[in-house]
Amino acid sequence: MPAVSKGDGMRGLAVFISDIRNCKSKEAEIKRINKELANIRSKFKGDKALDGYSKKKYVCKLLFIFLLGHDIDFGHMEAVNLLSSNKYTEKQIGYLFISVLVNSNSELIRLINNAIKNDLSSRNPTFMCLALHCIANVGSREMAEAFASEIPRILVAGDTMDSVKQSAALCLLRLYKTSPDLVLMGEWTSRVVHLLNDQHMGVVTAAISLITCLSQKNPDEFKTCVSLAVSRLSRIVSSASTDLQDYTYYFVPAPWLSCKLLRLLQCYPPPEDGAVKGRLVECLETILNKAQEPPKSKKVQHSNAKNAILFEAISLIIHYDSEPNLLVRACNQLGQFLQHRETNLRYLALESMCTLASSEFSHEAVKTHIETVINALKTERDVSVRQRAADLLYAMCDRSNAKQIVAEMLSYLETADYSIREEMVLKVAILAEKYAVDYSWYVDTILNLIRIAGDYVSEEVWYRVIQIVINRDDVQGYAAKTVFEALQAPACHENMVKVGGYILGEFGNLIAGDPRSSPLVQFNLLHSKFHLCSVPTRALLLSAYIKFINLFPETKATIQEVLRCDSQIRNSDVELQQRAVEYLKLSSIASTDVLATVLEEMPPFPERESSILAKLKKKKGPGAISVTELEDSKREGGELNGGSDRGPDTAAMSASNASTPSPSADLLGIRSAAPINAAPAGAGSLLVDVFSEAGPAAPSTAVNDDGFLRFVCKNNGVLFENQLLQIGIKSEYRQNLGRMYLFYGNKTSVQFASFTTNVSCPGELQLNLNVQTKQVEPLVEGGAQIQQVLNIECLTDFSDAPLLNIKFRYGGALQNLTLKLPVTINKFFQPTEMASHDFFQRWKQLSQPQQEAQKIFKANHSMDTEVLKAKLLGLGTALLDNVDPNPENFVCAGVIQTKSQQVGCLLRLEPNAQAQMYRLTLRCSKDSVSQRLCELLAQQF
Amino acid sequence: MIKAILIFNNHGKPRLSKFYEHYSEDTEQQIIRETFHLVSKRDENVCNFLEGGMLIGGSDYKLIYRHYATLYFVFCVDSSESELGILDLIQVFVETLDKCFENVCELDLIFHVDKVHNILAEMVMGGMVLETNMNEIIMQVDAQNKMEKSEVSWTPPVPCMCMT
Repeated sequence: MPAVSKGDGMRGLAVFISDIRNCKSKEAEIKRINKELANIRSKFKGDKALDGYSKKKYVCKLLFIFLLGHDIDFGHMEAVNLLSSNKYTEKQIGYLFISVLVNSNSELIRLINNAIKNDLSSRNPTFMCLALHCIANVGSREMAEAFASEIPRILVAGDTMDSVKQSAALCLLRLYKTSPDLVLMGEWTSRVVHLLNDQHMGVVTAAISLITCLSQKNPDEFKTCVSLAVSRLSRIVSSASTDLQDYTYYFVPAPWLSCKLLRLLQCYPPPEDGAVKGRLVECLETILNKAQEPPKSKKVQHSNAKNAILFEAISLIIHYDSEPNLLVRACNQLGQFLQHRETNLRYLALESMCTLASSEFSHEAVKTHIETVINALKTERDVSVRQRAADLLYAMCDRSNAKQIVAEMLSYLETADYSIREEMVLKVAILAEKYAVDYSWYVDTILNLIRIAGDYVSEEVWYRVIQIVINRDDVQGYAAKTVFEALQAPACHENMVKVGGYILGEFGNLIAGDPRSSPLVQFNLLHSKFHLCSVPTRALLLSAYIKFINLFPETKATIQEVLRCDSQIRNSDVELQQRAVEYLKLSSIASTDVLATVLEEMPPFPERESSILAKLKKKKGPGAISVTELEDSKREGGELNGGSDRGPDTAAMSASNASTPSPSADLLGIRSAAPINAAPAGAGSLLVDVFSEAGPAAPSTAVNDDGFLRFVCKNNGVLFENQLLQIGIKSEYRQNLGRMYLFYGNKTSVQFASFTTNVSCPGELQLNLNVQTKQVEPLVEGGAQIQQVLNIECLTDFSDAPLLNIKFRYGGALQNLTLKLPVTINKFFQPTEMASHDFFQRWKQLSQPQQEAQKIFKANHSMDTEVLKAKLLGLGTALLDNVDPNPENFVCAGVIQTKSQQVGCLLRLEPNAQAQMYRLTLRCSKDSVSQRLCELLAQQF
Repeated sequence: MIKAILIFNNHGKPRLSKFYEHYSEDTEQQIIRETFHLVSKRDENVCNFLEGGMLIGGSDYKLIYRHYATLYFVFCVDSSESELGILDLIQVFVETLDKCFENVCELDLIFHVDKVHNILAEMVMGGMVLETNMNEIIMQVDAQNKMEKSEVSWTPPVPCMCMT
């Protein structure tokens, strides 16, 4: 017999429902409902007291109306009255109405609480359950205050019926969730944990939800649950499918409870007790084994239940992350599911693999499935599954496969569902940055992203690419070129125009040498997009234009004309108008160097956490990205950005945006500052000279070695000097060690910004020479001098010289200078005095052909004896008198001290005054030293 | 935790809605509409899981659903629930309804909305699963029916209705 016979129940209700169903239109339905509501209202307000049956019928009708989506604003009192009825059906409808319709703020709670109190103490299990259900459904604070101490008592009392225990457990859980401060477990803890051993599986099912929640909040107090959960799980897993009778679901013993037990264990680390752990590992292995057994039924429910347990077991294995065997088995199992015909299993396998990818034991194993996952991304019909595939690709991405994965994600973006495009864009942007081996790839990827899915590229993404380009000198030229090319597409996304405007405004000079991208071509290209853009983009373009005036004086007239036209200078938008007016004025009144200062290139952004990552985190909600992933990417980010660990931020971006002179206050400040800056004689023209000489378009990167040779025979002096900068050197050497003081003098009246120096030993030299130094302050005030100390250690003899690279910003242009540092092998000479006899004896000893180097060359300088003597002494050797039979000749001896060895050297210089020639001969115990010294010295005389 | 259980038909008409967290009535109706919109446009043979709509909490929640003839059964759950476990639970719920109503159909849910709520209450309480054993659930429902019968035996018999 069916439990509910059709046709039972209330006639009036059935008629009403039929009426509603017969309504042909929404209007008719509303009319019928309003009629019924009026009827019920009048019945409730009427003089005649309603009997329980009528009340129940009307409350039922209200419930039905509510379900159809209509507000119910009365009937609550009648429902509360039903609670105190002795009839089950009336009480039950009352509770139902309250559960569905009363929210926790209702003023009726006090009345309801009274009724609940009565039912809880009634000892009638049915009534008790109804009351407990009601508490769990409403779960208000008032209810927690009234019952939080009562319910644990009911839960653990020996004489409580099983069904009541189940309800009490979940009721307590609900109260704990809403008001944890009111639920004090203290004395109950142990007895609640022991519910895991209850004979009634239903009680265990309900209790485990409670215990899991309590364990998450108070893991220490509840940790005894681990061993109990393991033994319960073990009993279920090892039981035959018939042992658990009613709790066996399609031949799987207690699947729901197994899942919940495995979830509970995920609140804790692996058990410390060896026996417990052994038993658990055995359970997990059994579960993995069972997955391979042939199914006991073809029904989908059977495989669902079996796999539900399997997936929870895999989650636990991943959570423990300590059993490489189990992890690899889990990964293989999931790999099988990736190609399963059941979509659900493919979905879940992709999801589980995502977490598996973060384990060091299985990351590589996960990566072997990359082709399958890419295929899933391309061919799955189901967007949910495709999304999981995209997530997994993101999770399995590392340096080895980043290019492939980013390319696949980009191509998927072209057809991706709108709902997930933005997230995909963020992920591509993050991966591109995180795993950028070279920044040109990064720039290409982001520009592609904007091209393919421009609408979904959020501000964070295009801010980020600009931040990185600004912070990385090596990619600026490429970025300018690429963005210039991208802008040539007939229809390009507004975000592309923004990036283009910004980058060309900063670095357009780097590509201006090419006539195809000459300043005017660049400007015209940008301006051709202007009219299609929104106000913020136009504002950005105006700033780019004024920057152009600074970078390329030849564009000034054209740009001024654009600024001057009515559509700019009288634009109805205040921001645009202000920019046009101010930029126009600025360009006409400010002198070149003022302009250069005001429109200076952006300083590097301070590095913080990637703003894109923050955005993705926000989008996915807290916890969506694990902490390790965050730290990981921070670390990666630092590596990428050359160790300076920078991480930009939207605030920095907008702050620097503001530094382009838009508020009028700025302008006034500039005007008053201008005369001061212009005061030093010829400062303005000096700047122009510098530009025309070095040219901002092509910062000199060729190595300047003019000064280098002047220092072979001396240790102090001026190494380099131009209109901006003077570099002086003082150095001292002892044995194989040296110390060099570099003095950088700012010859201008304007500050050098971002002043950085870098000493490098190219190629083999780094094995020969050890040079250490500290970074200098990034700002060099006008007229100031800063000092840098280099500590040098000679490990073994060497031929090349270390390079000193200096970068700084002066005005709008980046200055880039590379010099050879005059550290030469002869600096490590120790003079050796010896008599004529000894000299010639040693000379003969060094008679192998390679040991000798000889050069005959024309005199470049005065052949005055005293000058020559001074030079040879400066060389570091001892000048030996009365050794050579010819008094016109010079002979010297010395030992070069390196860390690894000493190299003895003998030198003979024979001047020929008539011919204005010299013959130089060197004999050293090491051939390479002879060669090098000969090369160096041949240019000294 | 189960956040909401929704049943609606192929046209989006709600047949049962049970929320285990508080929403305003308006929001509840919007959630039902949004969920219907999300679920109904999906093909057969795709997976039974999808991310929740924005109203119910977005990607932190999953919609797990089954489509039986004219009805969609949708459970909105958080990440603490096993997806396949919830699918089984839906199956238990439907099988239980089937036993209680003898070949359950949409009309049963319409005319016995209170009964459906009672059956559900024997399975899920405050968003957590109370009982998964179908026989146990049916036993409880039977006991209630007996009490009901003893109380309502005096009410006039319901005439046969024509329902088309």
